[in-house]
Amino acid sequence: MTLALDVELALARGVGTLSRLRGGGATSAPGKALLRLRPDAIAQLSARLPRGSVLVSATNGKTTTTAMAASILRAAGIALVHNQAGANMAGGIASTLLAAARRHDGIAGELGLFEVDELWLAPVAAQLGRPRAIVLSNLFRDQLDRYGELEAVADSWASAVRARAHGHCRLVLNADDPLVADLGREHGERALYFGVEDESLALASMAHAADAKHCRRCGTPYVFDAVYLGHLGHYHCPGCGQARPHPLVSAHEVALAGVRSSRFRLQTPAGQATIALQLPGLYNVYNALAAAALASALELPLASIARGLETVRPAFGRAETVLVGSRELRILLVKNPAGANEVLRTLALEPGEHDLLGVLNDNIADGQDVSWVWDADFEQLAGRVRRVTCSGTRAPELALRLKYAGVEPGRIALQQDLARALDSASADLPAGVPAPLYALPTYTAMLALRELLVARGHELAAWS
Amino acid sequence: MIAPSLTPQRGPSPTLRVCALYPELLNIYADRGNLLVLARRCAWRGIGFELAGSSLGQPLRADAHDLFYIGGGQDRDQRLCAADLLETKREALHAAAAAGALVVGVCGGYQLLGHSYALQDEEIEGVGLLDVRTVREPGARLIGNIAIEVSPDVAGATASRGAPGPREPPGDPGGSRARTPEPQHAPEQRAAARARVLAGFENHGGRTYLGACARPLGRVLRGRGNDGRSGWEGARQGNTLGTYMHGPLLPKNSWFADWLIATAIGLDPGELAPLDDALEREAHLSARRAAGV
Repeated sequence: MTLALDVELALARGVGTLSRLRGGGATSAPGKALLRLRPDAIAQLSARLPRGSVLVSATNGKTTTTAMAASILRAAGIALVHNQAGANMAGGIASTLLAAARRHDGIAGELGLFEVDELWLAPVAAQLGRPRAIVLSNLFRDQLDRYGELEAVADSWASAVRARAHGHCRLVLNADDPLVADLGREHGERALYFGVEDESLALASMAHAADAKHCRRCGTPYVFDAVYLGHLGHYHCPGCGQARPHPLVSAHEVALAGVRSSRFRLQTPAGQATIALQLPGLYNVYNALAAAALASALELPLASIARGLETVRPAFGRAETVLVGSRELRILLVKNPAGANEVLRTLALEPGEHDLLGVLNDNIADGQDVSWVWDADFEQLAGRVRRVTCSGTRAPELALRLKYAGVEPGRIALQQDLARALDSASADLPAGVPAPLYALPTYTAMLALRELLVARGHELAAWS
Repeated sequence: MIAPSLTPQRGPSPTLRVCALYPELLNIYADRGNLLVLARRCAWRGIGFELAGSSLGQPLRADAHDLFYIGGGQDRDQRLCAADLLETKREALHAAAAAGALVVGVCGGYQLLGHSYALQDEEIEGVGLLDVRTVREPGARLIGNIAIEVSPDVAGATASRGAPGPREPPGDPGGSRARTPEPQHAPEQRAAARARVLAGFENHGGRTYLGACARPLGRVLRGRGNDGRSGWEGARQGNTLGTYMHGPLLPKNSWFADWLIATAIGLDPGELAPLDDALEREAHLSARRAAGV
C-alpha cells in the first residue's frame, strides 16, 4: 500500500516536471495527476500530518488571511505544509501535499494550512476527514457566472460545516457577517467568533451592492446598528431575535493610515495587544482578526500572534509595492464589488489627486461577466483622479464606468495593451512629484502585471 | 442641452421619471449601472431625471412615472418580490403600461413580467404584462457573452428612420407615445438603419417561451437567448420589454438607453441632443468582441 502510493507520488511528480518543461504552470498539474491515480490522495497524505490540517475560505482575503496565519504559526515554531502559491482547489492542495510527502509515510511538516476556494470547501473538507479547524471569513457577491448566487455558496458551506459537526473541528467564524456567523449556530463552544468593536468606523449607510440583508433563518430584514464593510457589521433580526454572536477575538480602537498600514488593539481570550499591521485598510484588520482567532482556537500564545501579525508582508498583488524608476507602483488587487470598495475607500484616505492604472480582464479566473464594475463604488474616485489609464481585455468598460462615476473623460486614457499602458501611465507621472502610481488590476491582470515587472528586471518579493 | 430647433413642440426641460422596483433586492447583476446611464445621459442633455424606488409593501402610482425598471435578484428575494408584485403593484403596472409608460424587466425582472416562472419545483405567478412563460428544463444554466440584432419593429431601430416593421401585429400600441411622421429611405439605408445590435452578458437557469402576443426583442447573433434553442432573445409587448441581457445592458448599448429615454418622454430618438459617445462606442465594440460579433 505504502509502496504503491510512493510509486504514484513519483509518477505525479514526473507530471509536474513535464508540465514545467513544457512551460506550463506546474502549481496544480502534479496534484491533479495524483488525484487521478489516487482519488483519496488528500486524505492519505494529510493523515500523515501530526497536528492535522486547517482550512481557510472567504470571498475576499483568504490569501492574506492564510499568509497571516502562516506567519503566526511559524512564529510559534510550527512547521507548515501550506499552499502559499494560492492554488486553492483540490489539485493545488494535492500538489502542496505531494511536494511535502516523503518516503515511508513521511511528510515535511506538522500542520497543514490550506487556503480553499469557496466552492471547493465542502469537497476538500470531506477529503480531509477531520480538519482541526475551518476559518470562514466572509461571503460577498463574486463572479456570479462561476459561483452562482451567494445563498448557494452559503448552503454548500453549511453542508460542509454540518458534516464536521461531530468531530473535534473548531469553527472560526466572522461574527460580523450574518451569513457566516449563522453557520455556527448549532455548534456551541466549537465555534469561535471574531469581529470589529469600533463604532467610529461605521459607514453612514450600507453599500449599494451589499448582500445578505435578510435573516437566513426567518427572512426578516436585519437591522444594522453599525455597518463596517459591505454587509459586515453589528446586526440583529427583529423577526426571530437572531443577533450577532459575541466575538471572543476582536479589534478595538482601529486606526487606518491610508494605503500603507493600520493599527488596532487586539482582544483575545489570552489577553490583549496593540498590533501595528504593515497592511492597509479595514479589510486587512478583518484578515488579521481571522488569523488571530484561528491561532486562539489552536491555543497559541498571544506573543506569537502579535509577532506573526506584525511581521507579515503584503501577499502577492495585495498592496505590494514596486519601485519603477524612482517612483512607487502600488498594486491593489480588485476583483469584486466588496473588495474593490474597500480598496477605493482605503485609497480615498490618501490626500490629493491620484495617478491610476486600472486593468480589467474578463478571463475565466476573473469572471467573464464584467458587470461587477458597475456595482463597485468608483464614485469614490470622482474628483480624486489626476490621470487614469485603463487597460486589460475589457479596458473600455472600465473607462466607461469611470466616466459615469464622475471622473472627467479628459483624464481617462485607454490602452488595451498592458505593457504600453504601464509605460504611458508611469511616463506620464508629473516630474518631481513623488506621488505613487496605483495599479488596480483584476486577478489575471495582477498576474500579468507582476510577470511584466519581473521580465523588466524589477524586484518583486518572491511569494513568502 | 436639447437643440431648440429639434424640439419645437416640447417645453425647454422635459423630465424622465423613473421608478425602480425593489432596487435593494433586485440588483444582482449591477442593475444600478442601467439606472446610472439613464440619469447621466438625461443630465448631460439638460433633461430632468427623477428616480423613485418602490419596495415590498409600497403601492405604486401608475401616473407618477414614465419608466418602470425591474432587475433580477437571488431566488429567495425574487420569491418575496413576486408575491408583493401581485399584491401591491400589478394593477398599477398594467394601468401605467396602458397609459403609455415603459416597463423594462432585465433577467429575473423579465421573468417576473411574464405569466409565470418556475422556481425549483414551484410555479410562481408573474405580473402578466408579457405573454411569456419561463420554465425549467434539464441542462446547464445559460451563461456567457451575448449579442443580438434587435428586431426592426421592436426597439426603435426604425422609429425615426423607417416604416414600422412587417411583424407589427394590428392593434399593437407600439412603443412610442409620440411618433413623428417618418421619412422614407432607400432600401439599403433602411437595412443599415435596422442593423442595431445589443451586446451584454446572460446568466439564467430559466427558459422563456413567447406566446402569440409577445414578440422577441431580437435575434441571437451569438449566445443562448430566451431558451437556448429558438434563436430569439427577450420580448416586447406594447410598452413592456423584457430581456436576459445584463452586464449591465445600457452602458454597453447607449443607443438603446437613448431610445428608452426618448420613448419614455415622448420624443423621437433623433430629437435627442448628440453626446460625445467615444467611450460608449468603445465599450459597445468591446462587448461585441467578447461575444464574438
